Amino acid sequence: MLTRDGIAYRVARDLPEGAYVNLGIGIPFLVTSYLAPDREIFIHSENGILGVGPVAERGKEDPDLVNASKDYITLLPGSSVFDHALSFTMIRGGHLTHAVIGAIEVAANGDLANWRVPGQKVPGVGGAMDIAVGIENLYVAMTHTTNKGQSKILTKCTCPLTAPACVKRIYTDMGLIDVTPEGLVLREVAPGLTPLAVEKATAAPLRVADDCRQMDVPPTFNGVGLLQ
Amino acid sequence: MINKTLATCGEAVANIFDGATVMVGGFGEPGVPGRLIEALREQGATNLVVIHNGAGFHDFALGGLFKDGRVRKLVASFPNYPSATAFRDRYLKGDTELELVPQGTLIERIRAAGAGLGGFYTRTGVGTDLAAGKEIRVIDGRPYVFETPLNADFALVKAERADRLGNLAYRYAMRNFNPIMATAAKTVIAEVEKLVPVGTLKPDEIHTPGVFIDHVVEIDRHPRLFEPHYEEAGT
Repeated sequence: MLTRDGIAYRVARDLPEGAYVNLGIGIPFLVTSYLAPDREIFIHSENGILGVGPVAERGKEDPDLVNASKDYITLLPGSSVFDHALSFTMIRGGHLTHAVIGAIEVAANGDLANWRVPGQKVPGVGGAMDIAVGIENLYVAMTHTTNKGQSKILTKCTCPLTAPACVKRIYTDMGLIDVTPEGLVLREVAPGLTPLAVEKATAAPLRVADDCRQMDVPPTFNGVGLLQ
Repeated sequence: MINKTLATCGEAVANIFDGATVMVGGFGEPGVPGRLIEALREQGATNLVVIHNGAGFHDFALGGLFKDGRVRKLVASFPNYPSATAFRDRYLKGDTELELVPQGTLIERIRAAGAGLGGFYTRTGVGTDLAAGKEIRVIDGRPYVFETPLNADFALVKAERADRLGNLAYRYAMRNFNPIMATAAKTVIAEVEKLVPVGTLKPDEIHTPGVFIDHVVEIDRHPRLFEPHYEEAGT
């Protein structure tokens, strides 16, 4: 099993040179710490920033510079700032190449539910629905199961949908799963796990790829000891 | 001579009436017109419809309007973060209604109003609860939902610099909703950190041309907004 940082590390390995990436809050935001230094990758923040840099050092925060999580951030060389209409033109118009987003549930056909849990008293949606319909490579980064041990990958979502059939790939603490027209395909398993263990933890049909392999992550991201 | 400047936020918000629809710029803290909101709280107008991305922080600035029970309805995309305590209380008591709008749809509805458009079709929200009951149209084989324009009686915006003509320049992430809201209300009021002589802002630097602006007030930054550590410090 991977730690939260381990999931973020694995996602970061898949972001290519020249990617323009929107990152959600939670595990997705951790991806910024593991971007390959030899690749130029631009991080987009929905409040009108392209080229988000590291979080600002304490005492050096700029009050006019926050990201979508309201962290005080810095800008990288080549960054730009703009208004919300242009920011969502980038998102909805398909100009960003990748999004990494958290999820409450993902269905086998790529349906995403990540904005409202049943019984939640005050709802909020933010930019999730725009990101889900507008960004081609929509990657989910999440724990495989709830803290009660129930699979977050289902045949059909039970929570209200963010968008139908939009997720392309799922990164969890147990493995890497592609959403294909033929259903879910397990590509990689976390260190120490078997494909069978991932199948058992998944409440949707899961085909194990012929070339399914163990995930290549440094041992520091192996969270078995931490989680058990 | 055109002079859109006013001396105080109180004068600028004096005509906001009971039942008015008021757009409020800002995302997080950058670009929130905290001094104008404070003046509106003091001015007393009530039964307001507020259009803003979030729902304010605690009981100051926009949060203060919720605390005082002055907002009949909020139109927002993300009102459910932990520090939106005053809105949360009013919403759960049933005092304030919420119209939840996806963020990209919210800004585009405002943009449509400002641009004189009758609405637009978007893929955002199709197949979800937020498109329930709305018109769906298939364009090039894909379903889109129809969204209507969103305008207001007043817009309260914030910029870094302005001149007496109402030309505005923003800094970094202050821009967010402000330039778009400035196009979509009958009366647009800007609070700015610095008033400069006409000509100081170069044509290339002006993000909101003065044609959109009715009033400009120079202010000091709101003391409780824009302070990264105030919550930890317990102030």
